[in-house]
Amino acid sequence: MKLMTCPINGPRAISEFAYGGEVRSMPDPQATGDAHWADYVFNRNSLPIVKAEWWCHTPSGVWFIAERDTATDTIRRTSLYPVWAQQREALS
Amino acid sequence: MPARLLKFALSRKHPEPRMFAHHEHLKSSYDVVIIGGGGHGLAAAYYLARDHGIRDVAILEKSYLGSGNTGRNTTIIRSNYLTPEGVQFYDESVRLWRDLSEDFDLNLFYSTRGHFTLAHTDAAMRTMRWRAEVNKHFGIASEAVDSQAVREAIPMMDITCGGHAPVLGALYHAPGAIARHDAVAWGYGRGADRRGAQIHQNTEVVAIELEDRGSGPCVAAVITNRGRIATRKVLCAVAGHTPRLLAMVGLRSPIYIHPLQAMVSEPVKPWLDPIIVSASLHVYVSQSARGELVMGASLDPYELHSSRSTLDFAESLAAHMLELFPFLSDVKVNRQWAGMADMTPDFAPIMGLTPVRGFYLDSGWGTWGFKATPVCGKTMSHTVARDEAHPLIRGFSFDRFARYALTGEKGAASVGH
Repeated sequence: MKLMTCPINGPRAISEFAYGGEVRSMPDPQATGDAHWADYVFNRNSLPIVKAEWWCHTPSGVWFIAERDTATDTIRRTSLYPVWAQQREALS
Repeated sequence: MPARLLKFALSRKHPEPRMFAHHEHLKSSYDVVIIGGGGHGLAAAYYLARDHGIRDVAILEKSYLGSGNTGRNTTIIRSNYLTPEGVQFYDESVRLWRDLSEDFDLNLFYSTRGHFTLAHTDAAMRTMRWRAEVNKHFGIASEAVDSQAVREAIPMMDITCGGHAPVLGALYHAPGAIARHDAVAWGYGRGADRRGAQIHQNTEVVAIELEDRGSGPCVAAVITNRGRIATRKVLCAVAGHTPRLLAMVGLRSPIYIHPLQAMVSEPVKPWLDPIIVSASLHVYVSQSARGELVMGASLDPYELHSSRSTLDFAESLAAHMLELFPFLSDVKVNRQWAGMADMTPDFAPIMGLTPVRGFYLDSGWGTWGFKATPVCGKTMSHTVARDEAHPLIRGFSFDRFARYALTGEKGAASVGH
């Protein structure tokens, strides 16, 4: 059984989690042209790399960030969004 | 038979002719390079040579012929789609399928079985009627039938599904069929090879060179692990590898990759003639000519570029199979596998020209590509030869997302992915 570690509930079966897609930032809808908006709405980065993704532990409703290798399905680490965002800021 | 086998073993030369020739070297240039030696790529090569007289073609396959989704699907062929674009396109495909064995002089085991899409809710029944009406409008044999008709056609099915999801009716599509998928790749491969196209297996594309001849980026060459090929036309038909190829030419697309798993049971005596699909139970099943039950379900729930298979999948598919057919509880699963499905937001493919001149795309075939193999070959060969999209594929163009003009086919996907 594949496990994922929820930052609140600890390691749980992957079947308890729902995938929410890659973390992306939304452009300002008022200041964005149609083409750029379509790019945001439809296009995805579908390369097999390590990505930061939204995941939800559905029984408890905890949304968090998982860094996962989409080529090997290896979960590098999981953290709540504020922690992840802070670390990302510290790195940049 | 043993004597013939012995002759095979002792002969220095292979006594039987091969399906296609082996080429030691790549040429330095080709008129057209097709990336991907699956059904779609090989079919395009076949029709390029047969219908358009373009024979200087290389088909590059990074593994062996038909090793990708061509050999991993559940071989179902149908045209009971939802949008006019989809219905006309798949209907043309079914027409081509019927003559293909003769065309190739190779038995594809094409077998018309009839196809039931079960409806367990009023909402599903409404979609079935909608699909039936669209289909009939285009002259395709589909009709909504009630549960009594389903019961008569498939007497061994538990029509109540254990009491919790009773079948209210179905969309019955008489032309629904299955075929032997490897033979499709071999048939097209042999046909293309005989007409002069070169098939190169174990040849992986690592980069694509572009140049600007004054009107934006154009294809100049394909770099492979066996050398450089100069060409002005590249057809990309690589299913789950499409995003990697698009990155080589600097294009972004809505395609996302999820694995799609399937499995087969041990062979049993023939008892299931039609193809059965249940969207609510996430099952589609048919019985192959060998007697195996070929079963599939919905996509894996998250992005992954791998063809690993999981126990979760086998357990859940087996449980749903038993709801439909409780008497199968002693039947064993023989094999399980997965393919990488290139999904699109509207469940329609992405085909035709791209913003890179000379780079043609046959992609977004997600979970619905096998049935379209012949018509994709036909329309893509036309598109490549004339540098303009075939009329049948205009609804599937690469730029439809930028125009917010989607072709919604989700209602016709076999199961709710």
